Amino acid sequence: MYAQMIKSTGQGVKSLDEMEPEERAFQERIDAGGKIEPKDWMPEGYRKNLIRQIGQHAHSEIVGQLPEGNWITRAPTLERKAILLAKVQDEAGHGLYLYCAAETLGVTRDDLTRDLLSGKMKYSSIFNYPTLTWADMGAVGWLVDGAAIMNQVPLQRTSYGPYARAMVRICKEESFHQRQGFDIMMKMANGTEAQHKMAQDALNRFWFPSLMMFGPSDAESVHSAQSMAWKIKMNTNDELRQKFVDQTAPQAAYLGLTIPDDTLKLNEETGHYTFAEPDWEEFFDVLKGNGPCNTERLEARNKAWDEGRWVREGLIAHAEKKRSRKMAAE
Amino acid sequence: MSQPLFEYLCRMGDNALVLGHRVSEWCGVAPVLEEDIALANVALDLIGQTQLWLGLAAEVEGKGRDADNLAFHRDVWDFRNLLLVEQPNGDFGRTMMRQFLFDGWHLAQLQALMDSSNDQIAAIAEKSAKEVTYHLERSSDTVIGLGDGTEESHRRMQSAVDRLWPYVGEMFLSDDVDQEMMAHGIAPDPASLRAGYDTLVADVLAAATLKRPEDDFAHKGGKTGVRHTEHLGHMLTQMQWLQRSYPDATW
Repeated sequence: MYAQMIKSTGQGVKSLDEMEPEERAFQERIDAGGKIEPKDWMPEGYRKNLIRQIGQHAHSEIVGQLPEGNWITRAPTLERKAILLAKVQDEAGHGLYLYCAAETLGVTRDDLTRDLLSGKMKYSSIFNYPTLTWADMGAVGWLVDGAAIMNQVPLQRTSYGPYARAMVRICKEESFHQRQGFDIMMKMANGTEAQHKMAQDALNRFWFPSLMMFGPSDAESVHSAQSMAWKIKMNTNDELRQKFVDQTAPQAAYLGLTIPDDTLKLNEETGHYTFAEPDWEEFFDVLKGNGPCNTERLEARNKAWDEGRWVREGLIAHAEKKRSRKMAAE
Repeated sequence: MSQPLFEYLCRMGDNALVLGHRVSEWCGVAPVLEEDIALANVALDLIGQTQLWLGLAAEVEGKGRDADNLAFHRDVWDFRNLLLVEQPNGDFGRTMMRQFLFDGWHLAQLQALMDSSNDQIAAIAEKSAKEVTYHLERSSDTVIGLGDGTEESHRRMQSAVDRLWPYVGEMFLSDDVDQEMMAHGIAPDPASLRAGYDTLVADVLAAATLKRPEDDFAHKGGKTGVRHTEHLGHMLTQMQWLQRSYPDATW
C-alpha cells in the first residue's frame, strides 16, 4: 500500500492486564472506537509507528506525482491535460495534509523530507515503475488508485484523529481519480487497435506491481498484529488484496482486457477469485532500491529540493526583513 | 471581419495555451510543495481559458474545427502567442518573472476586454480576469520576495528581468488585426495599456529592489506568427505528439 512493511514494536501485542494504567486506558479508548488526539497520552511505539506510516504515505503522494507528471506535457487533449494536472495537484495536496498530520506527532516536514531524500524513509514500491504510454495514465488511476482506496477507506476510521480526518478528504478525491483512470481505460480499450494494444500493455505491466502494493502476506506478522490492535491498520494485506482482485477482475472483463494471470478464476462457492501471487523477490528488490525507476525518482526529488534551496532561503530572508522593518516602524 | 476576429481570438488562446503548458512543466518538481500546488492552479486556469478562447475562435472560423484541433494540429507558423510566453522556464525565478511580466499585461488586457462590444469575449474576459487577479497578486509577491531576499535570489531575479525584458514590448505593438478590433469596439488599443503597465512594473521592481532594464528594444513576431523563437517548435513537438502520431484516435 502507500505505506508498506511498517515495523511496530516487534514485541507482540500486550494484553490489557499486562499494561500500566495509562496504557490500558489508551487501549480501552481505542477498543471502544474512540479517537486519540495530538495532546493525548500515547505509547512511544504508537507515535513512532504512526510517524513512519503517515510519513511514508505522504512521501508516496509526493513521489507519486512524478510518474503521472511524466505525461502532463504530452496529454492528448486540453481536457485530459486539465484533468491529469488537477489529479497530480490533488496528490501534492494529499502530501500536504499528511505531512501536517505527521507534524502533530512532533516531527517536522523538513525532517521527513530529509529522510525521504537520503533514502532512509521509503515510499510505495509502485511509484518505481515507469509510465510508458498514455494508457498508463488510465492504468495508474484504475489500478493504483483503486488499490490505494482499498486501504484508505478503512483508514478513515483509524484511531489517530488527524490521520483519520486527513483520510476522509483524501478518499473523496481518490475515488474521482480512480474514475478518471477507468474512463481513460474505456476510451483506450474501445479505441483503435493501437489504443487497445496500449491498454492491454499497461494492464500487463501494472497488474502484479499493483498486487504488490498491499505488501506480502502479514497474517502471521507481529508488526501487523500490533498495528491492528492500535487501529492504525484495519485489515490484513491478504484481505485487502483479495478485495481488490474481486473488484478489478470483472472490470477488466468489462473493458475487454485480459489480466495477465492464467490462474485467475472465480470460485463459485466462495464468490472470491483465486489468483497468482506476484513475484515477491521483485518486490523486495524494488524496496531495496533496485526497481526500474528508484534512482530516477530519488534523483528527481533531490534535484527539485537542491535547485529550490535558493528560493526557499530567499523567501525566508524576505519574510524576516519584512518582520524586522515592521518592528522598527512600531 | 471573421478572419481578423479569428486571429485575435487565437492570440488570446495561444498565450494561455503556451504559458499554461510551460507552467505545467513544473509539475512535481517545484522548490516547495505549496509552490507545486500554486503553479498547478495557474496552469489549470490558463488551460481552462485556452478552451474558452480557442473554442470561440473555432466557432468564429466556422470550418468545423474545435479547440483541440487548434491546439494540437496547427504548426508553429499558425501560433499567435507572444514570444514572452514561449520562453523556456529557466530557474524558478525566471519562471515567476515571466509570469509577472505577462500577468501585469494580461490583467489589464482582460479588464479592457470586459467592455468589449462582443458579448462572448466580454464574458470570457470577466471569468478570466478573476483568475488572473490572483495570478498577478501571487507573481508580484514572489518577484518582490525573491528580489528582496538573499544576495543570490536578488542576483537571479535581476538576471531574469534582464533576460526577459526584450520580450515585453511586443505586448503593446499593434497591427491590422488590432486596428480592426479597435474599429469595432471589440478590443483596446494595445498601446493604451502601456502607461498602467509601466507604473505597475516600476512599483513591483522597486519593492523587489530590482532595476528596470534601460533598453526598451522589443523582439516581435509572436503575435503575428511571422517569426517565433526556436523554442516553440520543441514545445509543440511534445505537446502535439500523441494527436499527430495517432490521428484517427479519440482520447
